[in-house]
Amino acid sequence: MYSLKFDINVCQTCPTGDCLVKCQYLHLDRDTAVAEMVKIGKGEDSFVLNDCVTCYACEEYCRRGNHPFYLITEQRQEKRILTAPRAITRQWINIGEPQGKYRLGEVNKRALSFGFMPEFLSWVEGRLFEDVMPSYIFGQEFFCNVVYIHFAETNIIKERLPRVIDNFRKLGVREVIFLHDECYGAFAHLAPAYGIEVPFKPIHYYEYLYRRLTELKDLIRPLNIRAAYQRPCSSRLSSDQHHFVRDIMELIGVHLVERTYQDENALCCGGILGMNYGYDLAHEVQQRNIDDMKAHGAEACIFNCPACQSTLERLVAKQGIEPMHMIHLCRKAIGEM
Amino acid sequence: MTDIVQSLARIVGDAYVSDRPEEAYFYARDPGLMPPHKPDCVVVPKSVEEIQEIVRLAAREKIPVVPMGAGLALTGLVIPLRGGIVIDMKRMNRILKVDEMARHAIVEGGTSQGYLKAYLEKHHPRLRHSIPDSPATATIAANVMIHGQGRLTQQYGFNSDMICGLEVVLASGEVCRIGSGALSPDWFSKGPPLPDLTGLFLGWFGATGIITKIGVKLYPRKKMRDVEIFITDRDSLVPGMVYELTHTEMVEDINIFAQPKPMIFKDNHHITLFYTGDTEEEMEFKRKTIWHSLDRFIRSKDGGFMGVPPAMKSTLLDMPQRSVSRFADVKKGGGFEYSGPIIMVDKYPACARKILELAEKYDLGYSGMARIIGRSHAMMYGFAFTFNRADPDMMERTRQALHEVSVFALEAGGVFWKGTADEQKMAMQKMDPATRGLMGMIKKQMDPHGIMNPGNWEVTEV
Repeated sequence: MYSLKFDINVCQTCPTGDCLVKCQYLHLDRDTAVAEMVKIGKGEDSFVLNDCVTCYACEEYCRRGNHPFYLITEQRQEKRILTAPRAITRQWINIGEPQGKYRLGEVNKRALSFGFMPEFLSWVEGRLFEDVMPSYIFGQEFFCNVVYIHFAETNIIKERLPRVIDNFRKLGVREVIFLHDECYGAFAHLAPAYGIEVPFKPIHYYEYLYRRLTELKDLIRPLNIRAAYQRPCSSRLSSDQHHFVRDIMELIGVHLVERTYQDENALCCGGILGMNYGYDLAHEVQQRNIDDMKAHGAEACIFNCPACQSTLERLVAKQGIEPMHMIHLCRKAIGEM
Repeated sequence: MTDIVQSLARIVGDAYVSDRPEEAYFYARDPGLMPPHKPDCVVVPKSVEEIQEIVRLAAREKIPVVPMGAGLALTGLVIPLRGGIVIDMKRMNRILKVDEMARHAIVEGGTSQGYLKAYLEKHHPRLRHSIPDSPATATIAANVMIHGQGRLTQQYGFNSDMICGLEVVLASGEVCRIGSGALSPDWFSKGPPLPDLTGLFLGWFGATGIITKIGVKLYPRKKMRDVEIFITDRDSLVPGMVYELTHTEMVEDINIFAQPKPMIFKDNHHITLFYTGDTEEEMEFKRKTIWHSLDRFIRSKDGGFMGVPPAMKSTLLDMPQRSVSRFADVKKGGGFEYSGPIIMVDKYPACARKILELAEKYDLGYSGMARIIGRSHAMMYGFAFTFNRADPDMMERTRQALHEVSVFALEAGGVFWKGTADEQKMAMQKMDPATRGLMGMIKKQMDPHGIMNPGNWEVTEV
C-alpha cells in the first residue's frame, strides 16, 4: 500500500505553525499549532482531527512541504473519525465507482480531462480549445478520486488512483490538460506525495488557457469588469498554478478586486461544509464570502470549480453579482459568448 | 349487444360509441399487471344528461357500467371484470368555475390534472391544486375516487380531503349533489356541517356512482419553490427524521425513496423535501428551520443534506415528476407496477427491508418510495417494481412479489391503496365484520342491480 511521505521532525522544528495558525476555521497560536501537529504526526489524539472542516488550505499554508492536510486525513481514517455523515460519504464513494460509462473523444498524445463532470463537454468549444479538441476523456475510469480526502477516505484514493493512472497509460497520452484542479493536484502533487508514479505530464487548464489566450491575443477585447475569484479547496493542492488567475485576468482586462477572502485567505464555497456540518457553518462562511465580494464592488464572481459554482451561483446572483466559470470568461474575452 | 350499441349511439352519437375489437382490446387493460377483460362496448359521453341516460339504459338491461378516467391506476380498477359498458369520461373535461377568493374550482368528471394545472397557471397564477405524480392525463375525479395523494398531501391530507363537493350520477340514473352545493349555489364544503356523504362514493372505485362534477380546493401558489434531499443509511432513523421535519410545519411535501440505481442513490434513504415562499427571506428562513430540525442527525453523522445537482433539482421540481416514467423503462420494455399501502410512518424500516428482500428473491429492479400523508399521520409506501413486458417470466415474478407485498402490508397493519379486486377481497376478509356488513348494506342500497363497476367492493361475496 502506498504511504504518505511525512517527516515529523519538520513539524517539530517549524518556526511558524502556519498550517494551523492560518486556518480560517480553527483559531490557534503558534505553540498550540505545532504541538497539535506533532501529536497528529505521532498518531496521538488531537482536537484538530475532530474540528478540521477539510478546506485543504493547510496543504498550501505549509511551506515546508510536509503535507499536513494529507496527514490529518490519514489519521482521521486511522482513528475512524468521520468528517461527514456516513450516508454522504457512501454516496460519494458510490458515484466515483467506475461503471463502464466513460466517454472518449478522438484521444491522441494530448487530451483534455473532464474528470466526471459532463458539463465540460459543452463548455470546451471555440478557438481556445481547437488545438486539442476533440481529444477528450470523461468518466469515473479517469476520475482522480481526490475528493475522498474530504471524507477521510484515503484508502479509496490509494486503491483507485493507480487503476486510473493505468487507464490513462493504456490510452497512450503524453500530456493531459485537467479541467478540474483537484485532478491536476492529484497527478501533479498528491500521487508523488504517496509515491505513485504518473506516466504523463499533467497540465493545469489555467496554464493551457493562458497560453491559448496569448496565442489569440489579437482576438481579445478587454472585458473591463471588476471580478471576485472563488478559489476552490482543491486549488490548495496545486498552489503553484494559482498565479495564473491573476495572469489570465490581466490578459483579458478583468480587474480582480482586492478583497479580504482571496488567494491564501480564500473561503470555502460552503458545499462540503453544508453536507458535513449543517446549515450554520456553511451559511456563515457563504455570507461572509459574498458580503466581501459585494463590499469590494465585484460585478462578477469567477469560478474555477463547477461544484463551487453550483453551490454559490444562485447566492451571488441574488446580490447582483454575475456568476461565471473561468472558461466562459475567457471565451467571452475573445468574443465567443 | 348490437341493440345496446344502437341505443347508446342515440344517446351520444355514432362517433362516440364503439364495440369494435380494436377499442375493446384497448379498454380491456390498464398499464399494470392485471389480466385484461374486454368490455362489450365503450361510450364517450359529453354531458351529465348523457351519463344519466346511459346508466338508466344499463340499469334497465342489467349491464355493468365502468366509469373510466385516464385508466392509470395500474391495479385494474377500470378493467371491466364482467364486461359491459366502459364510460370514458375524457370528453367531460371543462373547468366550470374558479372562485379565486374562495380558492376552489368546479370541474367536470373527466378533467385532467394537467389541464387544471395549466389553466390555473394561465388564469389564476396565485392558485394551485394538489397535483399527484401520475401522468398529467390522470383525471382529478379518478384520483380523488381512489383517495390519491399529491403535492400538498403532507399539509392537507389525501387529495380526497381537499374537495368541496361532488355531483354524482347514481345507479338509478338520478343526479345527486353532495356537500354545501346540495342546498346552496356555493360549493365551499364537501359535508360539514351536513352529514358528510362523500364517503358513499370516495374509495368505492365507481361501485356506487359516477362522479360528473367535483369541487376542488385550491391553495396559495407561492412564487418560489425549492427542494432539498436529506440522506441517511439507517432506515430505522427515517421515522424520527420525518417527525422532526413535519414538526417545522414548513415543508410543502415529503417524499422518501431508496433504490439501487443510479449509483448516486445506492445504499441510502433519500428524504426529499419541498418548500415554497414568496420572498427570498421567507425561503431562507424555511430552509434554515428545516436544516436545523435535523441538526442532531448531522452531528451524530447519521444523516446529511446532499448537494442536489441542478439537473436533478429541475427534475424533482417538475410537477408531475417524470422520473417515474423513466423508472418504468429501467428493465426496458416499459413495465412498471407498484403496490402502495397506506401505513404508519414507523413501519418505514420494515417496508424498506421487505422491498429489498423481495427484489432479491425475485431478481427484480425496484424502487421503494414513500409519500408522507399529513403531519406524519401516515404514509403511502410504494413497493415499485420495473419489468420488461416482453418477458413473461419477469412479469410473473413481479406478480408474485406484489402478492407478497399485499400479505406483508396487511400483516404490518397497513391498508391497501387502490387495491386490486383480490386485495379488496383480502381487505374485507380481515375487516371488522360489522364494518363489512355496513359496507354491504351501503353497496346494496346504492347499487341494487350490481351494475356499477362489478367485481369491485363486492361485499356480499366475502
